Amino acid sequence: MSQKEHFFSAKNRKLFTDPFNNGNPITVLVLGICSALAVTVKLQPAIVMAISVTVVTGCSSLIISLIRKTIPTRIRIIVQLVVVAALVILVDQILKACAYEISKQLSVFVGLIITNCIIMGRIEAFALGNKPTPSLVDGLGNGAAYGAILVIVAFVRELFGSGSLFDIRIIPESWYVKNGGFYENNGLIILPPMALIILGIIIWVHRSFNKSLHEK
Amino acid sequence: MENTIGIFVKSVFVDNMIFAYFLGMCSYLAVSKSVKTAMGLGIAVVFVLTITVPVNYIINKYLLSEGALSWLGESFATVDLSFLSFIVFIAVIAWIVQVVEMVVEKFAPALYNQLGIFLPLIAVNCAVMGASLFMQERDFSNISEVFAFSMGSGTGWLLAIVGIAAIREKLSYSNVPAPLRGLGITFIVTGLMAIAFMSFLGITIEK
Repeated sequence: MSQKEHFFSAKNRKLFTDPFNNGNPITVLVLGICSALAVTVKLQPAIVMAISVTVVTGCSSLIISLIRKTIPTRIRIIVQLVVVAALVILVDQILKACAYEISKQLSVFVGLIITNCIIMGRIEAFALGNKPTPSLVDGLGNGAAYGAILVIVAFVRELFGSGSLFDIRIIPESWYVKNGGFYENNGLIILPPMALIILGIIIWVHRSFNKSLHEK
Repeated sequence: MENTIGIFVKSVFVDNMIFAYFLGMCSYLAVSKSVKTAMGLGIAVVFVLTITVPVNYIINKYLLSEGALSWLGESFATVDLSFLSFIVFIAVIAWIVQVVEMVVEKFAPALYNQLGIFLPLIAVNCAVMGASLFMQERDFSNISEVFAFSMGSGTGWLLAIVGIAAIREKLSYSNVPAPLRGLGITFIVTGLMAIAFMSFLGITIEK
């Protein structure tokens, strides 16, 4: 029980929530944009991606933190890569077995979780020097905060680009021009460039509310 | 031959690593403050991509994909090791980056001083890993096509990072709203560049 209380202590809560604001991996630390934006056309793959990344960051931080005293400093990068790659292979195989359609949509981007800079970043910056429990919380928090940004981008892109959420129609068919209405989907939002622009706008909004993050 | 050129042009302009797949974004954003360093990193990426992807292609063809081990004998014909590809590819990339770093340090110290700090970074550059995974997915028919693809992807990445670095150098003199300064405006400019690159979409050089 004391272990449980420790897990939800104020310090651990802060570790989990900080990535959502001042330490956000995408909008503040600029990590891990690589493997993610391409899967934000629809909400469903974005959420699967978000969960996969959260699992991998959490578990890899935990494992590295458990063995941190036995890793020789000189070869730590290789050790980290092997641990992360093994976890990603697990995630990939599970996705292929349980959600084949989505794993087809995510295509190479599941594999690219290995080179996602957030994971290496958290391992290097946190897990190598901290106890397992805070490392796990830190990893989960960063993964979840990263996932939250993905989901926001995917929400905007699916709603305005396809008029639906989770493939369920939100904007009624009868509104469309082809059915005699006035509405047309914004085709540009589906295209890759708009993911970047939406992300730029999210950063703009986030920083407008948080003056300490302004760059000179 | 035309097909090879077609693949090269397509991977530079149409399937650009940054603008179409957002790969290698981390270093793209971090190292694009001046044209000179951007050029250094860009050249290093072209170099590493052109070596790693063909090596991974050979490994994939003769070791990992389904039935690839049939050269060992009849009983190996059904072995499928493709689930190992992530770990093998990343190991090959890390290893080649290390070897390239040592070779460059020994034989071209001037180049090493320019690229030095960037080379180790490339091992975790998503564009390098991404190109290997795309190679696996796309089934190229021979190694010259793979060369064209990897060199084209690298060149496209180089173009993108040098372009954004040049724009950011000019941007530092302009009056951007405070919350948008730095990262925000870089994303939006990248988005606009990506829209410009979409005008290449119609290019096809086929035989």
